[in-house]
Amino acid sequence: MKSKINLPLSFSLFLLLCCFSWDANAQSSTAASITRGKTIYIQRCMACHQQDGGGVPHMNPPLDGASAVKGKDKSKLIRVILKGMSDRVEIDGEFYSNNMVGHAYLTNQQVADVLTYIRNSWSNQAGAVTAAEVKTVRAKIK
Amino acid sequence: MRKLTWLLFLACSVACETQAGDTLQNRRPNIIKPDSNNAGLKLPSGFSALKVAENLGRARHIAVNQAGEIYVKLERKLNGNGIMYLRDLDKDGRAEEVSGFGNYIGTGIAIHKGYLYASSDEDVFRYKLNDKGQVENTDSPEKIITGLINRRQHASKSITLDNKGHIYVNIGAYSNACQEKDRQVGSMGMSPCPILDSAGGIWQFKADVLNQTYANGVRYATGLRNVVGLDWNHQTNKLFVTQHGRDQLKYLFPQYYNDTTSAEIPAETMYEINPGDNAGWPYVYFDNKRNKLILSPEYGGDGQKEPSVTYKQPTMAFPAHMAPNALLFYTGDMFPARYKNGAFLAFHGSWNRTPLPQEGFYVVFIPFENGKPTGKWEVFANGFAGVDVINSLRAVQHRPCGLAQGPDGSLYVSDDNKGTIFRIMFNGN
Repeated sequence: MKSKINLPLSFSLFLLLCCFSWDANAQSSTAASITRGKTIYIQRCMACHQQDGGGVPHMNPPLDGASAVKGKDKSKLIRVILKGMSDRVEIDGEFYSNNMVGHAYLTNQQVADVLTYIRNSWSNQAGAVTAAEVKTVRAKIK
Repeated sequence: MRKLTWLLFLACSVACETQAGDTLQNRRPNIIKPDSNNAGLKLPSGFSALKVAENLGRARHIAVNQAGEIYVKLERKLNGNGIMYLRDLDKDGRAEEVSGFGNYIGTGIAIHKGYLYASSDEDVFRYKLNDKGQVENTDSPEKIITGLINRRQHASKSITLDNKGHIYVNIGAYSNACQEKDRQVGSMGMSPCPILDSAGGIWQFKADVLNQTYANGVRYATGLRNVVGLDWNHQTNKLFVTQHGRDQLKYLFPQYYNDTTSAEIPAETMYEINPGDNAGWPYVYFDNKRNKLILSPEYGGDGQKEPSVTYKQPTMAFPAHMAPNALLFYTGDMFPARYKNGAFLAFHGSWNRTPLPQEGFYVVFIPFENGKPTGKWEVFANGFAGVDVINSLRAVQHRPCGLAQGPDGSLYVSDDNKGTIFRIMFNGN
């Protein structure tokens, strides 16, 4: 009788399946995060940064296409949401006059959601931000 | 036969034009051809426009000398210069020679009694003009005022002058509504608002004394959040100012306001200023729907309560958030008689009406007689934005920011988005 199960092959297939489903889960959880993030954006961000993420020239910086928003340094971005920004800082070659208040009252998940939303809206395509990442940054600035 | 008719018509046209040219030369000396599409502007019948210059960047306020040469104050340096100087050498209305000077950025600029005055966001300078109205020594202006507060927000120091040797400087409040935490949801107002000691008003200084500081100036009017447009009315010798009203009522106090009320109030306001006036910022705002002053939510208001203290009433109220960035009383002879001594206002256009479409982006006219409005405001020049419904500031082409009157009575409008200078003329009968 030759009904021998190829163990290594099965294990590989299993792993592969796991990967796919994990990826699909990640995708759906990112999509859910973006949806939740949009609600927060409309309430808390849109007044200044506008519906199209284009900001207001010389007053409120654009988020769409902004190097800091799309960039790899998520902790810097998390810090801006939590602490706000009122320094004279050059952003992609321009200066902006309005102050941004801190939003430390948002939960780690809410900060992650709104950042995931702005990193994946308009022309932006960047990785999701997780609540754990927000937690780490929040712990450092306390 | 048809050809002959045309020839006759042409001959007549030439004859008429020559005659008109002779008799109206003093009244309308310009034979400048407007742009075929009036520079994209929509104007009342008989008016036309052209682009004098383009691509000057953030062209804020402008001043025109007796030769029709234009000085433009920039909020961002162009080729290292903060003031541009435009000359129309071939008299076609377009500037061929563009040069610059001044190593500082800012908004205010004015020509008065042989001097060009210009401001950075902290100081005011002046340059002696020669008998042709030109700055000869561009490198060493006199610094007449120094050390004015600049905390980024509402930093523009707009200027105007009277005939008694004074200069008036707007010092905008570095805050939206004097909250303990600026623009923080629900944050209450500081009482009394400490910002008003050094900002949130108009300061009067001497026009010819060097290195004046706050200690040498007079707080001429207070309770004005941010005045970018101001002009001296020479008919009645009064200062007039236009205030940018506060932002974000719904965002900051959602329990009292909704998207619509927040987009439509408070009014942008114009005031005739008497020394010592208090227009009430940050304690009150002018509700243009109910035509009265309302207590700010940061100071106990709920969108309905009226203040117990009396503050200055506006001369005129405009729709919310449209940002009146320039005011000019027209004294020229080119435009029809009803425009004489009336007020032109340049509205920069709103951003704080989201999610409703933005408004403004046009030049407004208000008829005046003896320093009092005699009618409602009307849109005079529109089409600057280049789009009809504005849901994105990025889609906007031009944003009116400065106004000046030319020696022939032309009205100049600067745009600080693309850096275009428009010239509006009257060519009708």
